[in-house]
Amino acid sequence: MKDNRPVNLDISTISLPLAAYTSITHRVSGVIVFVGIAILLWIFNTSLGSEEGFNQIKEAMTSPIAKFVVWGILSALAYHMVAGIKHLLMDSGIGETKEAAPVGAKITIFLSLVLIIALGVWIW
Amino acid sequence: MVTNVTSFGRSGLYDWVVQRISAVILLIYILFLAYIFISRPDMQYQEWRALFANNAIRIFSLVALLSLCAHAWIGMWTIATDYLTPKMLGASANKVRFGFELLCLLILFVYFVWGVQILWSI
Repeated sequence: MKDNRPVNLDISTISLPLAAYTSITHRVSGVIVFVGIAILLWIFNTSLGSEEGFNQIKEAMTSPIAKFVVWGILSALAYHMVAGIKHLLMDSGIGETKEAAPVGAKITIFLSLVLIIALGVWIW
Repeated sequence: MVTNVTSFGRSGLYDWVVQRISAVILLIYILFLAYIFISRPDMQYQEWRALFANNAIRIFSLVALLSLCAHAWIGMWTIATDYLTPKMLGASANKVRFGFELLCLLILFVYFVWGVQILWSI
């Protein structure tokens, strides 16, 4: 590697725009889903394995802790999905301008909040 | 062109395309599952089981599982190469990053084999 390549700007010294926060949250939510898939696969396995397992999951999902954990994973997934759709739209040339970026970020936050609240209502 | 031995397709463009195709497949799969849960609020075991015993849904689930593994690998790789760097971690960064990437691969391999076993034991 050439040693005269430019060094990255120090991100900790930069005041980030809203779109940058939605972008880092997209990454964080992706990591949460990556870990959470283990729990979702376990639920999937147990609920499909036998009728007792299915009823065990139904029973377990009445506990507030289980509800909170599943809600957390699904919320991360919902956010990741909404922010991902924005990414795909921007890839196809929609909302790429500097003016559109904060609008896109606000729509991402609004839509994912709606989904996260709806998921909470559905789980509880 | 981005080239790195640990990237998915050893090409940034290839990874970029795989990330987006897998994202669309996962989006369709999530919408499908959401539709199932919304349209059948009081689902019982027999119905739940019959759903995934259907071969079309089983294969759709397998495609989603494959997409998940590729998508998660590219995402975790991107994060590893962005944050687990010599600038952040000093001299040991390359070892830490390689260890982290191996751990991610192992986890995804477990997810894949586990998922296949779940789908094909119904």
